[in-house]
Amino acid sequence: MVRISALCRSPMEPRLAAVDPHLKRYATRAKGMTASEIRALFAVASRPEVVSLAGGMPDVSVLDFSDVAEVAAEVFRDNGAMALQYGGGQGNEALREALTTVMEAEGIHARADDLVVTTGGQQALDLLARLFIDPGDVVVAEGPSYVGALGAFSQYEPEVVHVPMDRDGMDTDALADVLDDLAARGRRAKMIYTIPNHQNPAGVSLSQPRRERIIELAEQHDIMVIEDNPYGMLDFKHERRTALVSMAPDRVIYLCSLSKMFAPGMRTGWVLAPRSVRDKLVQLKEASDLCQSNVTQAIAEAWLRTQPWEEQVVAFTELYRDRCDAMLDEIESAFPVGTSVSPPTGGMFAWVRVPDQIDAGAMLPRAINARVAYVPGRAFYAGEGGTSEMRLNFSYADADRIREGIRRLGKLIRDEMALLEAFGRGGRRA
Amino acid sequence: MSGLRVAVIAGGLSLEREVSLQSGTRITGALEGLGHDVRMLDVDPHLVDRLGDDPPDVAYLALHGRTGEDGTVQSLLELLGIPFTGPDARASSLAWDKAVTKALWRQNDIPTPDWVSVSSEAVRDLGAARLLPRVVDTLGVPLVVKPSQGGGSMGVGYVGSADQLTDALIGSFRYHGVALIERRVIGPELAISIVDGEVLPAVEIEIAGHGPDDHYDFSARYTPGATTLHAPARLPADVVDAASTAAMAAYTDAGARHVTRVDLMVDEDGRPWLLELDTCPGMTETSLLPAAADAAGMDFAALCDKIVHAPLA
Repeated sequence: MVRISALCRSPMEPRLAAVDPHLKRYATRAKGMTASEIRALFAVASRPEVVSLAGGMPDVSVLDFSDVAEVAAEVFRDNGAMALQYGGGQGNEALREALTTVMEAEGIHARADDLVVTTGGQQALDLLARLFIDPGDVVVAEGPSYVGALGAFSQYEPEVVHVPMDRDGMDTDALADVLDDLAARGRRAKMIYTIPNHQNPAGVSLSQPRRERIIELAEQHDIMVIEDNPYGMLDFKHERRTALVSMAPDRVIYLCSLSKMFAPGMRTGWVLAPRSVRDKLVQLKEASDLCQSNVTQAIAEAWLRTQPWEEQVVAFTELYRDRCDAMLDEIESAFPVGTSVSPPTGGMFAWVRVPDQIDAGAMLPRAINARVAYVPGRAFYAGEGGTSEMRLNFSYADADRIREGIRRLGKLIRDEMALLEAFGRGGRRA
Repeated sequence: MSGLRVAVIAGGLSLEREVSLQSGTRITGALEGLGHDVRMLDVDPHLVDRLGDDPPDVAYLALHGRTGEDGTVQSLLELLGIPFTGPDARASSLAWDKAVTKALWRQNDIPTPDWVSVSSEAVRDLGAARLLPRVVDTLGVPLVVKPSQGGGSMGVGYVGSADQLTDALIGSFRYHGVALIERRVIGPELAISIVDGEVLPAVEIEIAGHGPDDHYDFSARYTPGATTLHAPARLPADVVDAASTAAMAAYTDAGARHVTRVDLMVDEDGRPWLLELDTCPGMTETSLLPAAADAAGMDFAALCDKIVHAPLA
């Protein structure tokens, strides 16, 4: 016997289900904010059963938390009133002084007054995009490039042009072609965005001749360069490369962060910029969030002043190098012929090119079912690209987990290839 | 009745974890607001200990996908002697698989579009790919290809011409090793929810884009505004009645209880064609069951309350 709800037969007019009362109020730019299956799949990746090579987290568990607690206690004991008060938009002066010593370690000579402290490097990207990008402006970036930068830029609707990379970083011949092509069309790029050291996601570093060439091209075409350097100190051979900003301080805006040298939870990044840009960044920072948290700034300053932070950076680097070695070693034996990876020079990521017929994005559900996660390459391009590529992280999982994850991934890729082969798609993408 | 001690079980390791957590969080909030003593539990190695050491009066299953809907958790709850929402373990394991469900419907004259099941093993080990032209000859086009297990529209592919079938099958196999190739019924898409034996007003799904490539996919399901839900449906009463009757027959046939949602298409003659049956329907802001309840004058909390009491009746 079917019992049908009385209202089902009522003369009531059909009506629309109220799914979101704010729907009609969203700004036009929010239109692209849709539910994403890939984002939903990553919800599973955070479970311990899944070996996640997808994230971008440093392994802060190796820090001595009692040292951190002592530093934080010192801040509240000695400077509590300051730490719990508002601060200036440019950032705590003592911290900015300390950050100049961090930059000195990479051969960059800066004055505290030239810095603006930001909420991680990510806020610096957002502020710079807000300051410089009009809709339709051209931003030149490595291909692939940091997904967070692409996201920050996209809010301001630029046209992102990717320049391919190889083991020596951005291909400067290709860059020259891109800039010439733009010039021929009467256009000029607004900025060149680069992560020159241990790039996210590609893991490689820009060679010295190419650094010089980028500056030369930027001068020739009168283009600003944004140098994003969160990984510079995580060099597996403990080498220090010449910063672009040291070569052309008036043309290069330099971004850095304590997220990988200390801890991302501190949300402490900074920008080194020419004075005119710096002044505008301070205004934007104040409009955005008034000021950086004085608590985290004071803890970061005390950490840099009282702790052997450079030793800590070396410890992080050696840990990641061992894990990277484990990853590359396992890839060598577990991945099929046709896979390639440029050995990372440092940092936290390896960029893997899988056989052409594999679509890494489409394969992700299968990977999650097999309890392993990675970031599909497409995320690192503003447009087309990255279909048969993936980013693997080696900073967070330990070496055994990494090896297990790579074995799972290798089997998965082979299974996917076998399936495609069975459909006669062995040589091309489905 | 006074407040119950409720365990809302949500999350799990299926591809629908995120959606399940959204459902579970909403259900937990609604039941707490009604004065129930609620805790939300994820599916992990401690689940049995947590339930066994401190058994709730009832478990509300807000799990979607494997482990949650396939009878696994239901079996554990039966062994623990804890009442739970939705069908028993045996019925869950049958209803969970679309191919099994459709076969049962076909056996009992419940209308469901013609289909063929194909496994990735058959393609890989037996050369089944060669038979795909015959599948197209038999079923015609358009077709829908979907994983036999799983939900949330994940892995569903639409085939408008024969040359699209291979891509759709490969896409489906990435979610599950068995795919259903089903004749596609063109017409309004309806969801009919049944709560504690009562059929709620049918919900008609209208995709905002209206284009040939706009389907009720993951983004359309879970992005507020991407889909318009008409509840009650705009269709004539006799069409809705026929659909409701078929849905109720499917519910009974599957051994479902407490709460179920049946998804179906209505063809140009007003005839319902049942696609699948969901024994743990989504309870997110954009889900179909809450929209049906709303059309029946039942707010979200009242809906959760009715479902959570059903196993105790």
